[in-house]
Amino acid sequence: MNVASAAPLYRGADWDFQLLQRIHDACEGIALSELGLNVYPNQIEVITAEQMLDAYSSVGMPLFYKHWSFGKHFAHHEAFYRKGLMGLAYEIVINSSPCISYLMEENTATMQTLVIAHAAFGHNHFFKNNYLFKQWTDAEGILDYLNFAKSYIAQCEEHHGQLAVERTLDAAHALMSHGVFRYPGKKALDLRAEEKRERERRSHKERSFNDLWRTVPSGPGKTATELSVDRRRSLLGLPQENILYFLEKSAPRLQSWQRELLRIVRHIAQYFYPQGLTKVMNEGTATYVHYRIMNRLHQQERISDGNFLEFLQSHTNVVFQPGFDDQRFSGFNPYALGFAMMQDIERIVTKPDDEDHEWFPDIAGNGDVMGVLRDVWANYRDESFISQFLSPRLMRHMRMFHLHDNPADSEGIRVQAIHDERGYRRVRRELARQYDVGLIEPNIEVVDVDLAGDRRLLLRHQVVNGSLLNEADAKRVLQHLADLWSYDVLLKEVDATDTVLKEHAVSPRKIAAAA
Amino acid sequence: MHIVDRRLNPGSKSLENRQRFLRRAKALVQRAVKDTSQNRSIKDVLEGGEVSIPLDGTSEPRFRRSAGTRDHVLPGNKKFIEGDVLPRSGESGGRPKEAGEGDSEDAFRFVLTREEFLDLFLDDLELPDLAKRKLAEAEHEGIRRAGYSIAGSPANLSVSRTVKLATARRIALRRPRPETIEELEAELAACDDEERRIALQAQIATLKSKIKRIPFIDPIDIRYRRFETVPKPVAQAVMFCLMDVSGSMSEHMKDLAKRFYMLLYVFLTRRYKHVEIVFIRHTDRAEEVDEETFFRGPASGGTLVSSALQAMHEIVRTRFRPADWNIYAAQSSDGDNSYSDGDVTGRILTELLLPVTQYFAYLEVSESGGPMDMPDSALWTLYQRLSNEGAPLSMRKVSDRSEIFPVFRDLFQKRGKQERATP
Repeated sequence: MNVASAAPLYRGADWDFQLLQRIHDACEGIALSELGLNVYPNQIEVITAEQMLDAYSSVGMPLFYKHWSFGKHFAHHEAFYRKGLMGLAYEIVINSSPCISYLMEENTATMQTLVIAHAAFGHNHFFKNNYLFKQWTDAEGILDYLNFAKSYIAQCEEHHGQLAVERTLDAAHALMSHGVFRYPGKKALDLRAEEKRERERRSHKERSFNDLWRTVPSGPGKTATELSVDRRRSLLGLPQENILYFLEKSAPRLQSWQRELLRIVRHIAQYFYPQGLTKVMNEGTATYVHYRIMNRLHQQERISDGNFLEFLQSHTNVVFQPGFDDQRFSGFNPYALGFAMMQDIERIVTKPDDEDHEWFPDIAGNGDVMGVLRDVWANYRDESFISQFLSPRLMRHMRMFHLHDNPADSEGIRVQAIHDERGYRRVRRELARQYDVGLIEPNIEVVDVDLAGDRRLLLRHQVVNGSLLNEADAKRVLQHLADLWSYDVLLKEVDATDTVLKEHAVSPRKIAAAA
Repeated sequence: MHIVDRRLNPGSKSLENRQRFLRRAKALVQRAVKDTSQNRSIKDVLEGGEVSIPLDGTSEPRFRRSAGTRDHVLPGNKKFIEGDVLPRSGESGGRPKEAGEGDSEDAFRFVLTREEFLDLFLDDLELPDLAKRKLAEAEHEGIRRAGYSIAGSPANLSVSRTVKLATARRIALRRPRPETIEELEAELAACDDEERRIALQAQIATLKSKIKRIPFIDPIDIRYRRFETVPKPVAQAVMFCLMDVSGSMSEHMKDLAKRFYMLLYVFLTRRYKHVEIVFIRHTDRAEEVDEETFFRGPASGGTLVSSALQAMHEIVRTRFRPADWNIYAAQSSDGDNSYSDGDVTGRILTELLLPVTQYFAYLEVSESGGPMDMPDSALWTLYQRLSNEGAPLSMRKVSDRSEIFPVFRDLFQKRGKQERATP
């Protein structure tokens, strides 16, 4: 093998800014020419542990509006951290262009190399190329948009009082997970245009405000009979699963600034939406990339054996997957699963056996590891990735098995399938389903509203596998929803045969109606 | 690629969010503070520190699924085969804890700063703004000279120091004095010898160029007077906690007394740099004890109030010279005293203690909702009489926790009016 030998990048554990630059350049050379990655420009920021905690509590973003729940998360993390129950992440990386990676000052030189390879190239490539991120996020605009959101919300607090803003944000946060579009069809997000639009909306209103018009009597409205149910529903865009969007557009008594707040929360939810769908792939990609780069650097003798051992130790910790009966078990470790699958793909592409030829006829033995992986990284999400690429060999290696727990079954939990010939496809299908967003989040839609009548909002929860909503939480979320809608809200939980299993009815609180 | 060093950025961006959270969770935190302060020693009240608040109380609701059938794919199967049935309870390593399960219901420890803790502690007692102002103004700052600095405002220019340094520099660098040149020039004018003239001219030229190179006052000579702010030395105070611990004092009464002492301690530490506490408990004889014994130690016997006062007097005499110390005393009791002790008590108070104390407060505690029409106690009657005769002595009755603060405020507002010697 042609090993281009070069002087070691560093010795020992200390680093300085020139070294970070040299490390970045060394990683970049390997990432671009050997792995063929395509990345946003990088920006590397060195921060302290306290700043890392700060960043944690505002979902990793460098600038964020003020809200008590971030303070709560900060306190929570801090308490854990102080007690030593939790280490800090080595890095946080932001899906933006330039792609910003935060590095902690406490890291050793080897850790910084690992983190740069991991975040600045692995995650960065994934953000830039995966179809979900392309479809739903706007890396160029996000930081400007957050800046706008922050100052807009601060202005609102000045104009309308912190309490009113907090109330609206609380409600919006409660519905945040139901504030995303899941299926394409809408235009891709353009956050810069968003900000401009808001400014124009406002200045238009300021220009065209004329108090006279308020006194003009409005004409006779259409009666309910004139609007057939179907027409009404299509006018309102119903059924609508994006509840925040629906409220922003149709809630009758919201003020325009409240609509804008809902819009902001919705955009942020949408921006983070792909990250939830690609946890395994995203971490797997970054881990695979750092592993390749670090090995190559070691081969080139730019990292000493000792430092390489230090790297291997961190790497092993990251991809450690305890078994289900281990004290430390807390579900599948996305780093471990993603990395293992990608290494497995590398094996299938380069050294396939008969089983692989049978299971993966398209890629087995085709020899182009990076070509296949780049294609996978670009075109899949966790669910489809697992259902396509989890191999029998890996299932055997990780000793996966499928448990089925039906509360009605008094005997206990049944082992439905294990890692054997009969079980491979079932285990793989079930594991993929665990990452299916349609099954993670309850499926709730706005189905109807009687605008001319009592304006009651009707929602529907499609119950899957007989699992109803947690009642206490549902009531509280619906309370927020009713406050925004300012009329009654009714949520029906129905099963596949349209039988209503449960109903939750909530009326708005007085104080919200007055706001 | 850019590298940015953000470490110097102001940290604690979360401070504002933290304050919002505290405001939001105020009721919860307050309850926690209250519970915590009950179990704390008086001095620790000021330390701030951890309180535990339920996460659930500030939860952010989401639509969540509850029961229903569940499917899990798990790693690490060693012995199961298809069709096995596992017990639910989790023996044999059965069902693992699900991610996210139960993590939102726990309490979490919240670390309050000293100020936050105190604010909440006092707020709980509904400290009115008036008193808050009084507490807040305790610290004074003074200004004092603190040497010289090389930067400052022109008004603070120290001429003498500057000139002194300039002189030193001129001497060190051998700057010629103008008189020397004048002398040489005079000599030159009077000189006839050609060779001597040339030498003199050269010497004068050297000196003149030297005098130009070395200025009379250089910027490096300039010094400014420097001032720094220092906390004004505030005098020290000692607080005597006197308590009757004879069998009739119940836990409730002691709790009332403790709360009163806590407030007094908070008040004094805000006002003085240094506060000592002396605990004296008494039955028919008095002893100085530590806090733990004071509030929790069992004791019984007859009651002789004068013994405590006598002990206090002894301690003042030996350890706290009234000239150096501001002396405060708070006595709590259920009011019983042996009949024969009245005169002695009154005499010690008026002759020995009241003249040296800044303030003497008497708190009569009783069971909550105790009978209203009880005749005044022996001690109360005695103190009442002394007070009527003009002794600087305040007294209140308390039977419920919520009355502690108003009583405290009463006592110390009064003090504001007849302001005695302030530290």
